[in-house]
Amino acid sequence: MSEPVRSKTVTVDVDGTSYEREVEARKLLIHFLRDDLDLTGTHIGCDTGNCGACSVIVDGTLLKSCMMLAVQADGTRIETVEGLAGDGELTPLQQAFSSHHALQCGYCTPGMLMSAKYLLDSNPEPTEGEIRKAIQGNICRCTGYVNIVEAIAAAAK
Amino acid sequence: MTTVEERVEAPQKGFIGQNVPRKEDKRLVQGQGVFVDDVKRHGMGYVHFVRAPYAHANITGIDVSKALELEGVYGTLIGEEVAALTDPFFELSTPPGANIKDYALAVGKVRFMGEPVAAVVARTRELARDAAELVEVDYEPLPVLVDGEEAAKDEVVLHDEAGSNTVWQGVFDWGDFDGAMAEADKVVRIKRLHFDRFSSTPLECSGALVEYDRGTEQWTLHGNLQMPGVTAIWMGPALRCGLDKLRFVTQDIGGGFGNKICLHPYYVALCLLARKLKRPVQWTEWRTDQHMANAHGNERTFLDVTVPVLADGTMLGFSVKALDDCGAFPRYEPLGCIIWAQVAPGLYRWRNIRVDFQQVVTNKSPVSPNRGYSRMQHLWLCERIVDIVASELELDPVEVRKKNFVRTSEMPYETPNGCVYDSGDYALCLDKALELIDHGSIEARRADAAARGKLLGIGIGSTLDSGTNNFGQSTLLNPELQFSGNNEVATVKLDIFGEIVVTLGTVPQGQGHETVAAQVVADALGVAPDDVHVRVGHDSYANSHAGFSGTYASQFAVTGLGAVKGAVDLLADQIKRIGAALLAGGVTDDVELADGFVRRKDNAEAAIPFMGVGAIVNANNAILPPDVRDVTLNARYVYVPPFELPDFERKFGNLTLTYATQIHAAVVEIDRETGVVDIVDYGAVDDCGNRIHPQIVEGQVHGATAHALGAAIHESFTYDEEGNLLTPNFYDYHVPHALDMPPMKNGYIESPSPFTAFGSKGMGEGGGAGIHAVCAAIQNALGPAGKPIVYDSCNPYWRVWEMLQAPERTRELVSVSDA
Repeated sequence: MSEPVRSKTVTVDVDGTSYEREVEARKLLIHFLRDDLDLTGTHIGCDTGNCGACSVIVDGTLLKSCMMLAVQADGTRIETVEGLAGDGELTPLQQAFSSHHALQCGYCTPGMLMSAKYLLDSNPEPTEGEIRKAIQGNICRCTGYVNIVEAIAAAAK
Repeated sequence: MTTVEERVEAPQKGFIGQNVPRKEDKRLVQGQGVFVDDVKRHGMGYVHFVRAPYAHANITGIDVSKALELEGVYGTLIGEEVAALTDPFFELSTPPGANIKDYALAVGKVRFMGEPVAAVVARTRELARDAAELVEVDYEPLPVLVDGEEAAKDEVVLHDEAGSNTVWQGVFDWGDFDGAMAEADKVVRIKRLHFDRFSSTPLECSGALVEYDRGTEQWTLHGNLQMPGVTAIWMGPALRCGLDKLRFVTQDIGGGFGNKICLHPYYVALCLLARKLKRPVQWTEWRTDQHMANAHGNERTFLDVTVPVLADGTMLGFSVKALDDCGAFPRYEPLGCIIWAQVAPGLYRWRNIRVDFQQVVTNKSPVSPNRGYSRMQHLWLCERIVDIVASELELDPVEVRKKNFVRTSEMPYETPNGCVYDSGDYALCLDKALELIDHGSIEARRADAAARGKLLGIGIGSTLDSGTNNFGQSTLLNPELQFSGNNEVATVKLDIFGEIVVTLGTVPQGQGHETVAAQVVADALGVAPDDVHVRVGHDSYANSHAGFSGTYASQFAVTGLGAVKGAVDLLADQIKRIGAALLAGGVTDDVELADGFVRRKDNAEAAIPFMGVGAIVNANNAILPPDVRDVTLNARYVYVPPFELPDFERKFGNLTLTYATQIHAAVVEIDRETGVVDIVDYGAVDDCGNRIHPQIVEGQVHGATAHALGAAIHESFTYDEEGNLLTPNFYDYHVPHALDMPPMKNGYIESPSPFTAFGSKGMGEGGGAGIHAVCAAIQNALGPAGKPIVYDSCNPYWRVWEMLQAPERTRELVSVSDA
């Protein structure tokens, strides 16, 4: 019986930059982004896939980067919060989060923004119910979601 | 009193009171904040704690050798080393609690599941976790206490040195309770009520990166601690060092809610590791660790509640035996045994109160302050009293509240224990809350719900958020303690190119302090908030640090802004003196600050830009006349609220400076088959005096309400009888998601505080009004189903279902007698 592969070379494109790294086979994508690539804009809030702070978009699919191994992301294109504003110009969604006070501590915000972006990309005019459903996998402990829902609705307009 | 309508019409001057854009947001929406786990250093090691799988056991052996053999492991730390290198943390209590020995790691014995027993440091996070698995610990299990009432019997004792599970016990007796009983027409008795264990569970877990400088013997702790002043007082003596050797630095913090106050055990372990291994060490708690072993809210059981009532519904006070369960170690406790006394009579004119308060340790996670700390538990009792009395005596819960509320005309109002309610209009808040939920339509909606097979109910939660502590209240527990008053620091300086730079002693975790401080500075100097640079985070080496520095206990709008105002007023005066010296023959009355200039009042052309003033004082001071050469343009101010030491014998004194009001109303529908509670309407009216930044205030209200609604229906740290936590993650511990939150309607009034610089009051904690409102609404809804008593603060579907099945079991908790 052959030994399992302990590590693997992984190539990913994150927010337009290509990275190639030798990665432990069991490393989670979120820890790869944060610890290996120093892309700390995406956060971790739990260890069970519940909180959504680590949400990113991988090849067009919204997912929680703590629920994917880094080696599974080999060859993919990953979008994170750090790539939303090109040249420091906030997107309408980011601006709406600020204008509507949709963030307090800002810890859930990176994941919340990616979930909201994913929603609006596929459903430009969501109802309030659709907005709440779209972010139900993202926990916020500061806002009670009131202003987050408002901000996403405002950005959709 | 200013009402909503009046305020809108009032002319706006300056930035105070405006929703200026938050300074924090630009970095946070781009993922450019710097949170604790983002801080890295060359050569750092990741720390993983080995934790107890038992709730109560002797440690008979620890072997770290296999962990140390793993390549990439830098070192370990165990309890024996901690016991040799540090002293136990000082305890606030009198004996027996004073005799408890609390170290950074378990020494000889574990007392709760998840208690740290050893620490392993390795090159990567994953490796540290693997290595921790290789640490072999031998345990000899002991009988487990998970119930406070059982613990009080002392049949099993957690801390041999203390000899008892009681941390602290004392009787508070204000007014004349026996006289009130004699005067009463009816007496309502409630045998037992239980306030459940939960916490606000900030989304960012606790952590720190700790560096040790061998040459200077200084530790730098980049952490997410929210009360560094008090933590330093715990850590210095434990580490046998002066406080100058401990530098606390924070930047962005992902929520705190009190849960990041008691990090000192972990931080001491990290300090020892950084020194021992001669490298920076980084620790970030895992979510499961946070739930098991960081900080829960205080669990409290209320026994033998006795309420004397007059025929017209006037309640004369109450007596109760309160039993508080603080988990395995007191840490910030027993302060919870006195903090509730800030709001002893709730919002009511109750003059006769007798509370026998006892706190015990159990084999559960230690507690720490948690949003609404200790007052929330007590206010829940007060609100349960009102609603149970109203229901048993068939009084209207609205009218009975209004009859018993402290009146606006009585403000400032001194409570029976000497606290001073500064301002408020409780009846108006209640009316507005009822308006928000369309109170007049409730009976029609009840009938409509009944037609759909549902039980509809309405409930009110009326609470106070007492802010700006008088730490002298600690001496009511232990007269030997040398704590009293309060303080906070800010510095404001004008730098060489005209930069206005503010440092704060506060440690915000999302409350927008950078923005609000800038509003105050901008108005005082006649500039815009964008011109004001507020340093991000806290640094205890920045000379903006005092003994009580931190962000906790609803006080920034008073202490933090009091410090900012004091400092900027000093700076404004200095700028005027320079302007006057150079433009007006030294007459400061002849100059003013406007648009970034100091200028003559009678000639706006005779002006010096702030940049010029900054440059002259900092780099060209030989041109200044001698009488202004003391000007530094670097102003530091320590705000100290006007407190006195409370009276130990009478347990009497003013314990907090301001009282914000929350009156919330909830409408719930209950499914008869399943017991599922659905909050279908919710109105929240808050009064925190003058609002400096209304949007931030509303955000705090939303958040506090979400915490309360979660606690009322879902959130519970539940243990089995072996002391295993059954809700150690966000799967089992269900915090509100976006779909769980009801539509929320908000209202406010502004009753300025007469005791603060801006008429503002601290308000971040809220009073847990949502918990009380939902409990009342559930009881109201269940009325037609046998009139059960809501006896617990947390009412998940199964408990509601039990009340529906066997209402008589809860009816046994209550009795009414003629006095």
